[in-house]
Amino acid sequence: MCIAIPGRVKAIVNENTATVDMGGVRRDVNMDLLGGASEALLGKYVLVHVGYAISEISEEEGEETMRLLKLMAGLDDGENDSFEAFPGNRDTD
Amino acid sequence: MTEKTTLLKPSPETGTLIEMAPEKIPSKQGIPELEKKLLERIGASARKLRIMHVCGTHERTIAKYGLRSVLPEEIEVISGPGCPVCVTPEADIDIAIALAKSRASVVTFGDMMRVPGSTGSLLDAKAEGADVKMVYSIDDAVALAEKKPEQEVVFFGIGFETTVPANAATLLRGVPENFSLLVSQKRTPPAIGLLAKDTEVDAFIAPGHVATIIGTKPFEPLAYQGFPVVVSGFEAYDVLLGISLLLTQLGEGAARVDNGYPRVVKPEGNLIALKMMEEVFETADSEWRGIGNIERSGLVLKKEFEEQDAAKRHEDFYAKALEEIRKKAKGRDKKRCICAAILTGKANPSRCPSFGKGCTPKTPAGPCMVSQEGMCYNWFKYARAGGSGHA
Ligand code: SF4
Repeated sequence: MCIAIPGRVKAIVNENTATVDMGGVRRDVNMDLLGGASEALLGKYVLVHVGYAISEISEEEGEETMRLLKLMAGLDDGENDSFEAFPGNRDTD
Repeated sequence: MTEKTTLLKPSPETGTLIEMAPEKIPSKQGIPELEKKLLERIGASARKLRIMHVCGTHERTIAKYGLRSVLPEEIEVISGPGCPVCVTPEADIDIAIALAKSRASVVTFGDMMRVPGSTGSLLDAKAEGADVKMVYSIDDAVALAEKKPEQEVVFFGIGFETTVPANAATLLRGVPENFSLLVSQKRTPPAIGLLAKDTEVDAFIAPGHVATIIGTKPFEPLAYQGFPVVVSGFEAYDVLLGISLLLTQLGEGAARVDNGYPRVVKPEGNLIALKMMEEVFETADSEWRGIGNIERSGLVLKKEFEEQDAAKRHEDFYAKALEEIRKKAKGRDKKRCICAAILTGKANPSRCPSFGKGCTPKTPAGPCMVSQEGMCYNWFKYARAGGSGHA
Protein backbone atom coordinates (compact mmCIF):
# COMPACT_ATOMS: atom_id res chain seq x y z
CA MET A 1 0.00 0.00 0.00
CA CYS A 2 2.71 2.44 0.85
CA ILE A 3 4.80 1.13 -2.02
CA ALA A 4 5.94 4.04 -4.15
CA ILE A 5 7.83 4.02 -7.41
CA PRO A 6 10.19 6.64 -8.80
CA GLY A 7 9.71 7.96 -12.30
CA ARG A 8 10.68 10.83 -14.54
CA VAL A 9 8.28 13.54 -15.67
CA LYS A 10 8.14 13.41 -19.47
CA ALA A 11 5.20 15.57 -20.49
CA ILE A 12 2.53 17.81 -19.05
CA VAL A 13 -1.00 16.64 -19.89
CA ASN A 14 -3.09 19.29 -18.12
CA GLU A 15 -2.89 21.38 -14.97
CA ASN A 16 -3.34 18.33 -12.73
CA THR A 17 -1.69 15.61 -14.72
CA ALA A 18 1.71 14.73 -16.17
CA THR A 19 3.03 11.72 -18.02
CA VAL A 20 5.67 9.97 -15.96
CA ASP A 21 8.06 7.32 -17.20
CA MET A 22 8.54 4.60 -14.63
CA GLY A 23 11.16 2.22 -15.88
CA GLY A 24 9.84 2.26 -19.43
CA VAL A 25 6.17 2.24 -18.44
CA ARG A 26 4.46 5.56 -19.06
CA ARG A 27 1.53 6.57 -16.92
CA ASP A 28 -0.56 9.63 -16.37
CA VAL A 29 0.17 10.72 -12.84
CA ASN A 30 -1.68 13.29 -10.76
CA MET A 31 0.61 16.15 -9.68
CA ASP A 32 -1.73 17.97 -7.27
CA LEU A 33 0.35 17.05 -4.23
CA LEU A 34 3.34 18.80 -5.78
CA GLY A 35 1.28 21.91 -6.46
CA GLY A 36 -0.02 20.92 -9.90
CA ALA A 37 1.57 19.83 -13.16
CA SER A 38 3.81 22.75 -14.05
CA GLU A 39 6.45 22.95 -16.74
CA ALA A 40 9.05 23.29 -13.98
CA LEU A 41 8.60 19.59 -13.21
CA LEU A 42 9.62 18.44 -16.69
CA GLY A 43 12.61 16.12 -16.51
CA LYS A 44 12.43 15.88 -12.73
CA TYR A 45 12.24 12.63 -10.81
CA VAL A 46 9.20 12.08 -8.64
CA LEU A 47 7.98 9.34 -6.35
CA VAL A 48 4.59 7.95 -7.40
CA HIS A 49 2.09 6.32 -5.06
CA VAL A 50 -1.44 5.19 -6.04
CA GLY A 51 -1.38 7.40 -9.11
CA TYR A 52 -0.19 10.54 -7.30
CA ALA A 53 3.29 12.04 -7.20
CA ILE A 54 3.96 12.44 -3.47
CA SER A 55 7.45 13.86 -3.53
CA GLU A 56 10.13 15.19 -5.79
CA ILE A 57 13.34 13.18 -5.62
CA SER A 58 16.05 15.65 -4.91
CA GLU A 59 19.34 15.40 -6.74
CA GLU A 60 21.35 17.24 -4.11
CA GLU A 61 19.89 15.02 -1.44
CA GLY A 62 20.79 12.02 -3.57
CA GLU A 63 24.34 13.15 -2.97
CA GLU A 64 23.59 13.46 0.73
CA THR A 65 22.41 9.85 0.78
CA MET A 66 25.63 8.88 -0.91
CA ARG A 67 27.69 10.85 1.57
CA LEU A 68 25.88 9.19 4.48
CA LEU A 69 26.27 5.75 2.95
CA LYS A 70 29.98 6.24 2.43
CA LEU A 71 30.43 7.64 5.88
CA MET A 72 28.63 4.78 7.55
CA ALA A 73 30.34 2.20 5.37
CA GLY A 74 33.67 3.69 6.40
CA LEU A 75 34.71 4.41 2.83
CA ASP A 76 36.37 7.66 1.95
CA ASP A 77 35.80 9.69 -1.18
CA GLY A 78 38.88 8.38 -2.95
CA GLU A 79 37.52 4.87 -2.99
CA ASN A 80 34.90 5.64 -5.53
CA ASP A 81 34.85 2.67 -7.85
CA SER A 82 32.22 0.66 -6.12
CA PHE A 83 29.71 3.45 -6.53
CA GLU A 84 29.75 3.45 -10.28
CA ALA A 85 26.52 1.56 -10.13
CA PHE A 86 24.81 3.58 -7.45
CA PRO A 87 21.19 3.07 -8.28
CA GLY A 88 20.16 6.21 -6.45
CA ASN A 89 16.48 5.80 -6.74
CA ARG A 90 15.65 2.38 -7.91
CA ASP A 91 12.19 0.99 -7.91
CA THR A 92 11.19 0.76 -4.28
CA ASP A 93 8.83 -2.04 -5.14
CA MET B 1 4.46 -2.99 -11.72
CA THR B 2 7.42 -3.83 -13.83
CA GLU B 3 10.78 -4.72 -12.35
CA LYS B 4 12.56 -2.55 -14.88
CA THR B 5 13.15 1.02 -13.91
CA THR B 6 15.16 4.09 -14.68
CA LEU B 7 18.33 4.12 -12.65
CA LEU B 8 20.35 7.07 -11.52
CA LYS B 9 23.96 7.43 -10.60
CA PRO B 10 26.00 10.36 -9.41
CA SER B 11 28.02 11.88 -12.21
CA PRO B 12 31.73 11.45 -11.47
CA GLU B 13 32.38 15.11 -12.41
CA THR B 14 29.56 16.98 -10.75
CA GLY B 15 28.15 14.43 -8.32
CA THR B 16 24.59 15.13 -9.45
CA LEU B 17 22.38 12.19 -10.29
CA ILE B 18 22.28 11.28 -13.94
CA GLU B 19 20.28 8.71 -15.81
CA MET B 20 22.01 5.45 -16.60
CA ALA B 21 21.43 3.22 -19.55
CA PRO B 22 19.11 0.69 -17.99
CA GLU B 23 20.37 -2.31 -19.93
CA LYS B 24 23.81 -1.99 -18.35
CA ILE B 25 22.45 -2.56 -14.89
CA PRO B 26 21.37 -5.98 -13.85
CA SER B 27 18.15 -5.21 -12.04
CA LYS B 28 17.89 -5.54 -8.28
CA GLN B 29 21.60 -5.90 -7.79
CA GLY B 30 21.97 -3.32 -5.10
CA ILE B 31 25.47 -2.10 -4.31
CA PRO B 32 27.20 -5.25 -3.14
CA GLU B 33 30.43 -3.59 -2.11
CA LEU B 34 28.73 -0.91 -0.10
CA GLU B 35 26.31 -3.32 1.48
CA LYS B 36 29.18 -5.57 2.51
CA LYS B 37 31.01 -2.67 4.11
CA LEU B 38 27.89 -1.52 5.93
CA LEU B 39 27.37 -5.01 7.28
CA GLU B 40 30.98 -5.14 8.47
CA ARG B 41 30.48 -1.88 10.27
CA ILE B 42 27.24 -3.05 11.80
CA GLY B 43 28.95 -6.26 12.87
CA ALA B 44 31.76 -4.32 14.53
CA SER B 45 29.46 -2.12 16.59
CA ALA B 46 26.70 -4.66 17.16
CA ARG B 47 25.06 -4.87 20.53
CA LYS B 48 21.95 -6.52 21.86
CA LEU B 49 19.23 -4.62 20.12
CA ARG B 50 15.58 -4.94 19.13
CA ILE B 51 14.70 -2.65 16.28
CA MET B 52 11.11 -2.25 15.18
CA HIS B 53 10.12 -1.06 11.74
CA VAL B 54 6.54 -0.05 11.11
CA CYS B 55 6.19 -0.29 7.38
CA GLY B 56 5.14 -3.19 5.23
CA THR B 57 7.51 -2.08 2.49
CA HIS B 58 10.40 -2.33 4.93
CA GLU B 59 9.32 -5.86 5.77
CA ARG B 60 9.36 -6.58 2.07
CA THR B 61 12.91 -5.30 1.66
CA ILE B 62 14.12 -7.16 4.75
CA ALA B 63 12.49 -10.44 3.72
CA LYS B 64 13.38 -10.13 0.07
CA TYR B 65 17.09 -9.51 0.60
CA GLY B 66 17.27 -11.93 3.51
CA LEU B 67 18.64 -9.20 5.76
CA ARG B 68 17.72 -11.00 8.97
CA SER B 69 20.04 -13.85 8.07
CA VAL B 70 23.06 -11.61 7.46
CA LEU B 71 22.68 -9.25 10.38
CA PRO B 72 24.58 -10.05 13.58
CA GLU B 73 22.63 -12.30 15.91
CA GLU B 74 22.33 -9.66 18.61
CA ILE B 75 20.33 -7.42 16.31
CA GLU B 76 16.74 -8.41 15.97
CA VAL B 77 14.50 -6.59 13.52
CA ILE B 78 10.82 -6.93 14.29
CA SER B 79 7.81 -5.80 12.36
CA GLY B 80 5.14 -3.45 13.68
CA PRO B 81 1.69 -2.67 12.32
CA GLY B 82 2.93 -1.28 9.03
CA CYS B 83 0.43 -2.80 6.69
CA PRO B 84 -2.67 -0.66 6.21
CA VAL B 85 -4.62 -3.52 4.71
CA CYS B 86 -3.80 -5.66 7.76
CA VAL B 87 -5.05 -3.13 10.30
CA THR B 88 -8.31 -2.23 8.54
CA PRO B 89 -10.98 -3.49 10.94
CA GLU B 90 -13.39 -6.23 9.96
CA ALA B 91 -16.28 -3.87 10.66
CA ASP B 92 -15.15 -1.47 7.92
CA ILE B 93 -14.83 -4.32 5.43
CA ASP B 94 -18.30 -5.46 6.44
CA ILE B 95 -19.71 -2.02 5.64
CA ALA B 96 -17.96 -2.02 2.25
CA ILE B 97 -19.46 -5.41 1.49
CA ALA B 98 -22.91 -4.32 2.67
CA LEU B 99 -22.68 -1.29 0.38
CA ALA B 100 -21.69 -3.46 -2.58
CA LYS B 101 -24.53 -5.86 -1.84
CA SER B 102 -26.98 -2.98 -1.78
CA ARG B 103 -27.00 -0.67 -4.76
CA ALA B 104 -23.59 0.93 -4.73
CA SER B 105 -20.57 0.10 -6.81
CA VAL B 106 -17.65 -0.35 -4.39
CA VAL B 107 -14.22 0.44 -5.74
CA THR B 108 -10.91 -0.18 -3.99
CA PHE B 109 -7.26 -1.25 -4.26
CA GLY B 110 -6.39 -4.82 -5.19
CA ASP B 111 -4.96 -5.75 -1.80
CA MET B 112 -8.16 -4.78 -0.07
CA MET B 113 -10.31 -7.10 -2.16
CA ARG B 114 -9.14 -10.31 -0.52
CA VAL B 115 -8.95 -9.33 3.13
CA PRO B 116 -11.58 -11.23 5.06
CA GLY B 117 -14.23 -9.22 6.90
CA SER B 118 -16.30 -10.96 9.52
CA THR B 119 -17.83 -13.37 7.01
CA GLY B 120 -15.82 -13.07 3.83
CA SER B 121 -13.94 -10.67 1.58
CA LEU B 122 -15.04 -8.16 -1.03
CA LEU B 123 -13.89 -10.66 -3.61
CA ASP B 124 -16.22 -13.29 -2.13
CA ALA B 125 -19.03 -10.73 -2.28
CA LYS B 126 -18.20 -10.06 -5.92
CA ALA B 127 -18.46 -13.78 -6.67
CA GLU B 128 -21.91 -13.65 -5.12
CA GLY B 129 -22.90 -10.88 -7.50
CA ALA B 130 -22.04 -7.74 -5.55
CA ASP B 131 -20.71 -4.80 -7.53
CA VAL B 132 -17.00 -4.61 -6.59
CA LYS B 133 -14.24 -3.15 -8.74
CA MET B 134 -10.51 -2.81 -8.38
CA VAL B 135 -8.58 0.33 -9.29
CA TYR B 136 -5.03 1.60 -9.16
CA SER B 137 -5.89 5.12 -8.10
CA ILE B 138 -8.79 7.08 -6.63
CA ASP B 139 -8.86 9.04 -9.91
CA ASP B 140 -9.92 5.85 -11.70
CA ALA B 141 -12.82 5.56 -9.25
CA VAL B 142 -13.90 9.13 -9.99
CA ALA B 143 -13.74 8.39 -13.72
CA LEU B 144 -16.05 5.41 -13.17
CA ALA B 145 -18.54 7.66 -11.39
CA GLU B 146 -18.37 10.21 -14.20
CA LYS B 147 -19.09 7.55 -16.77
CA LYS B 148 -22.22 6.32 -14.98
CA PRO B 149 -23.96 9.28 -13.34
CA GLU B 150 -26.94 7.18 -12.28
CA GLN B 151 -24.75 4.70 -10.36
CA GLU B 152 -23.63 5.40 -6.78
CA VAL B 153 -19.87 4.84 -6.67
CA VAL B 154 -18.15 4.37 -3.31
CA PHE B 155 -14.37 4.45 -3.07
CA PHE B 156 -13.15 2.39 -0.10
CA GLY B 157 -10.28 4.65 0.92
CA ILE B 158 -7.92 2.88 3.26
CA GLY B 159 -4.34 3.72 4.09
CA PHE B 160 -1.81 5.66 6.10
CA GLU B 161 -0.60 9.20 5.56
CA THR B 162 1.09 8.16 2.31
CA THR B 163 -2.28 7.42 0.71
CA VAL B 164 -4.57 9.89 2.46
CA PRO B 165 -3.44 13.06 0.59
CA ALA B 166 -4.64 11.63 -2.75
CA ASN B 167 -8.10 11.28 -1.23
CA ALA B 168 -7.97 14.84 0.09
CA ALA B 169 -6.81 16.25 -3.25
CA THR B 170 -9.63 14.46 -5.03
CA LEU B 171 -12.35 15.86 -2.78
CA LEU B 172 -10.87 19.36 -3.00
CA ARG B 173 -10.88 19.18 -6.79
CA GLY B 174 -14.58 18.34 -6.64
CA VAL B 175 -16.23 15.00 -7.34
CA PRO B 176 -19.40 13.99 -9.17
CA GLU B 177 -22.69 13.88 -7.21
CA ASN B 178 -22.77 10.09 -7.24
CA PHE B 179 -19.27 9.66 -5.76
CA SER B 180 -18.53 9.14 -2.09
CA LEU B 181 -15.73 7.91 0.13
CA LEU B 182 -15.80 5.12 2.69
CA VAL B 183 -12.94 6.23 4.86
CA SER B 184 -10.74 3.91 6.90
CA GLN B 185 -7.55 5.92 7.20
CA LYS B 186 -4.91 5.81 9.87
CA ARG B 187 -2.18 7.97 11.36
CA THR B 188 0.99 6.06 12.15
CA PRO B 189 2.67 8.06 14.97
CA PRO B 190 0.00 7.26 17.61
CA ALA B 191 0.31 3.54 16.85
CA ILE B 192 4.09 3.66 17.13
CA GLY B 193 3.71 5.60 20.37
CA LEU B 194 1.53 2.84 21.76
CA LEU B 195 3.99 0.13 20.75
CA ALA B 196 6.83 2.04 22.36
CA LYS B 197 5.00 1.57 25.64
CA ASP B 198 3.69 -1.94 25.10
CA THR B 199 6.38 -3.86 23.29
CA GLU B 200 9.94 -4.64 24.18
CA VAL B 201 11.85 -2.54 21.69
CA ASP B 202 14.99 -0.37 21.76
CA ALA B 203 14.87 1.67 18.57
CA PHE B 204 12.65 2.43 15.59
CA ILE B 205 12.99 2.55 11.84
CA ALA B 206 10.33 5.07 10.83
CA PRO B 207 8.39 4.58 7.59
CA GLY B 208 10.01 6.53 4.77
CA HIS B 209 6.98 7.08 2.61
CA VAL B 210 4.77 8.16 5.49
CA ALA B 211 7.55 10.60 6.42
CA THR B 212 7.58 11.88 2.84
CA ILE B 213 4.20 13.39 3.69
CA ILE B 214 4.36 14.14 7.42
CA GLY B 215 8.08 14.88 7.73
CA THR B 216 10.38 13.79 10.53
CA LYS B 217 8.96 15.92 13.36
CA PRO B 218 6.01 13.67 14.30
CA PHE B 219 8.55 11.00 15.28
CA GLU B 220 10.34 13.25 17.73
CA PRO B 221 8.19 12.33 20.74
CA LEU B 222 9.69 8.85 20.44
CA ALA B 223 13.17 10.33 20.70
CA TYR B 224 12.11 12.33 23.76
CA GLN B 225 11.07 9.04 25.31
CA GLY B 226 14.60 7.82 24.74
CA PHE B 227 14.23 5.81 21.53
CA PRO B 228 16.71 6.36 18.72
CA VAL B 229 14.76 6.74 15.48
CA VAL B 230 15.82 6.73 11.84
CA VAL B 231 13.69 7.44 8.78
CA SER B 232 14.73 4.95 6.11
CA GLY B 233 14.22 4.22 2.45
CA PHE B 234 13.48 0.86 0.92
CA GLU B 235 16.59 -0.54 -0.67
CA ALA B 236 18.70 -3.07 1.20
CA TYR B 237 21.40 -0.42 1.57
CA ASP B 238 18.84 2.07 2.92
CA VAL B 239 17.83 -0.33 5.68
CA LEU B 240 21.47 -1.15 6.47
CA LEU B 241 22.27 2.55 6.54
CA GLY B 242 19.35 3.05 8.93
CA ILE B 243 20.62 0.35 11.27
CA SER B 244 24.13 1.87 11.18
CA LEU B 245 22.72 5.28 12.06
CA LEU B 246 20.79 3.76 14.96
CA LEU B 247 23.95 2.05 16.23
CA THR B 248 25.79 5.36 16.00
CA GLN B 249 23.12 7.07 18.10
CA LEU B 250 23.26 4.27 20.65
CA GLY B 251 27.04 4.50 20.74
CA GLU B 252 26.75 8.21 21.49
CA GLY B 253 24.07 7.58 24.07
CA ALA B 254 21.80 9.81 21.98
CA ALA B 255 18.16 9.52 21.01
CA ARG B 256 17.09 11.64 18.07
CA VAL B 257 15.39 11.32 14.70
CA ASP B 258 17.94 10.84 11.92
CA ASN B 259 16.90 11.23 8.30
CA GLY B 260 18.45 8.33 6.41
CA TYR B 261 16.30 8.95 3.33
CA PRO B 262 17.06 12.59 2.49
CA ARG B 263 16.73 12.08 -1.26
CA VAL B 264 12.98 11.81 -0.74
CA VAL B 265 12.07 12.92 2.80
CA LYS B 266 12.20 16.57 3.78
CA PRO B 267 12.17 17.35 7.51
CA GLU B 268 8.96 19.34 7.12
CA GLY B 269 7.30 16.73 4.87
CA ASN B 270 5.12 17.63 1.90
CA LEU B 271 3.50 20.89 2.98
CA ILE B 272 1.02 20.98 0.10
CA ALA B 273 -0.22 17.49 0.92
CA LEU B 274 -0.41 18.25 4.63
CA LYS B 275 -2.49 21.36 4.01
CA MET B 276 -4.91 19.44 1.81
CA MET B 277 -5.26 16.70 4.42
CA GLU B 278 -5.95 19.27 7.08
CA GLU B 279 -8.65 20.91 4.98
CA VAL B 280 -10.55 17.70 4.42
CA PHE B 281 -9.86 15.41 7.38
CA GLU B 282 -9.73 15.64 11.14
CA THR B 283 -8.23 13.26 13.66
CA ALA B 284 -10.42 10.84 15.57
CA ASP B 285 -9.92 7.71 17.62
CA SER B 286 -9.65 4.68 15.43
CA GLU B 287 -9.86 0.92 15.63
CA TRP B 288 -6.83 -1.09 14.44
CA ARG B 289 -7.50 -4.68 13.56
CA GLY B 290 -5.87 -6.92 16.13
CA ILE B 291 -4.72 -4.01 18.26
CA GLY B 292 -7.90 -2.23 19.29
CA ASN B 293 -8.75 1.41 19.64
CA ILE B 294 -5.87 3.89 19.46
CA GLU B 295 -6.50 7.47 20.46
CA ARG B 296 -6.32 10.08 17.71
CA SER B 297 -4.98 7.51 15.27
CA GLY B 298 -7.67 7.92 12.62
CA LEU B 299 -8.50 10.51 9.97
CA VAL B 300 -12.18 11.08 9.27
CA LEU B 301 -13.96 13.50 6.94
CA LYS B 302 -14.75 16.93 8.30
CA LYS B 303 -18.36 18.02 8.60
CA GLU B 304 -18.14 20.09 5.40
CA PHE B 305 -17.58 16.87 3.47
CA GLU B 306 -20.43 14.90 5.04
CA GLU B 307 -22.15 14.61 1.67
CA GLN B 308 -19.17 12.61 0.41
CA ASP B 309 -19.06 10.33 3.45
CA ALA B 310 -20.41 7.00 2.21
CA ALA B 311 -20.92 5.50 5.67
CA LYS B 312 -23.30 8.32 6.61
CA ARG B 313 -24.85 9.17 3.29
CA HIS B 314 -25.95 5.62 2.51
CA GLU B 315 -26.55 4.46 6.07
CA ASP B 316 -30.14 3.44 5.47
CA PHE B 317 -29.78 1.59 2.27
CA TYR B 318 -27.02 -0.76 3.37
CA ALA B 319 -28.41 -1.29 6.90
CA LYS B 320 -30.22 -4.50 5.96
CA ALA B 321 -27.22 -6.07 4.23
CA LEU B 322 -25.00 -5.16 7.18
CA GLU B 323 -27.41 -6.71 9.62
CA GLU B 324 -27.34 -9.95 7.64
CA ILE B 325 -23.55 -10.02 7.62
CA ARG B 326 -23.47 -9.50 11.38
CA LYS B 327 -26.03 -12.22 11.97
CA LYS B 328 -24.02 -14.64 9.87
CA ALA B 329 -20.80 -13.69 11.67
CA LYS B 330 -22.25 -14.52 15.06
CA GLY B 331 -22.42 -18.23 14.48
CA ARG B 332 -19.05 -18.71 12.81
CA ASP B 333 -16.14 -20.31 14.58
CA LYS B 334 -13.22 -17.92 14.68
CA LYS B 335 -10.12 -19.11 12.90
CA ARG B 336 -7.04 -18.99 15.05
CA CYS B 337 -5.07 -16.38 13.17
CA ILE B 338 -2.30 -14.75 15.20
CA CYS B 339 -1.98 -11.64 13.01
CA ALA B 340 -2.68 -9.49 16.06
CA ALA B 341 0.42 -10.72 17.86
CA ILE B 342 2.44 -10.45 14.67
CA LEU B 343 1.33 -6.87 14.05
CA THR B 344 2.53 -5.83 17.48
CA GLY B 345 5.93 -7.48 17.26
CA LYS B 346 5.03 -10.17 19.78
CA ALA B 347 5.23 -13.18 17.46
CA ASN B 348 6.63 -14.33 14.13
CA PRO B 349 4.60 -16.03 11.42
CA SER B 350 6.47 -19.27 12.14
CA ARG B 351 4.57 -19.41 15.44
CA CYS B 352 1.27 -19.73 13.59
CA PRO B 353 0.18 -23.34 13.05
CA SER B 354 -1.58 -22.38 9.80
CA PHE B 355 1.45 -20.64 8.28
CA GLY B 356 2.28 -22.20 4.93
CA LYS B 357 -0.21 -24.99 5.55
CA GLY B 358 -3.85 -23.89 5.68
CA CYS B 359 -2.78 -20.31 5.09
CA THR B 360 -0.85 -19.25 1.98
CA PRO B 361 -1.04 -16.17 -0.28
CA LYS B 362 -3.46 -18.14 -2.45
CA THR B 363 -5.62 -19.20 0.48
CA PRO B 364 -5.13 -16.43 3.05
CA ALA B 365 -6.73 -17.07 6.42
CA GLY B 366 -5.82 -13.67 7.82
CA PRO B 367 -4.97 -10.19 6.58
CA CYS B 368 -1.20 -10.55 7.12
CA MET B 369 -1.13 -13.20 4.40
CA VAL B 370 -3.11 -11.14 1.89
CA SER B 371 -1.22 -7.96 1.45
CA GLN B 372 2.14 -7.62 -0.26
CA GLU B 373 3.08 -5.75 2.87
CA GLY B 374 1.85 -8.35 5.31
CA MET B 375 4.47 -10.08 7.41
CA CYS B 376 3.07 -13.57 6.71
CA TYR B 377 2.96 -12.90 2.97
CA ASN B 378 6.56 -11.74 2.88
CA TRP B 379 7.82 -14.57 5.05
CA PHE B 380 6.05 -17.04 2.85
CA LYS B 381 7.16 -15.52 -0.41
CA TYR B 382 10.79 -14.74 0.37
CA ALA B 383 11.74 -17.08 3.18
CA ARG B 384 11.07 -19.91 0.78
CA ALA B 385 13.39 -18.38 -1.74
CA GLY B 386 15.94 -17.85 1.01
CA GLY B 387 15.76 -14.11 0.42
CA SER B 388 17.28 -13.09 -2.89
CA GLY B 389 19.49 -10.17 -3.73
CA HIS B 390 22.54 -8.92 -1.97
CA ALA B 391 23.53 -8.08 1.55
S1 SF4 C 1 -0.19 -17.44 8.68
FE1 SF4 C 1 -2.30 -16.87 8.14
S2 SF4 C 1 -3.53 -17.53 9.87
FE2 SF4 C 1 -1.40 -17.47 10.57
S3 SF4 C 1 -1.12 -15.42 11.43
FE3 SF4 C 1 -0.51 -15.30 9.29
S4 SF4 C 1 -2.35 -14.62 8.20
FE4 SF4 C 1 -3.02 -15.35 10.23
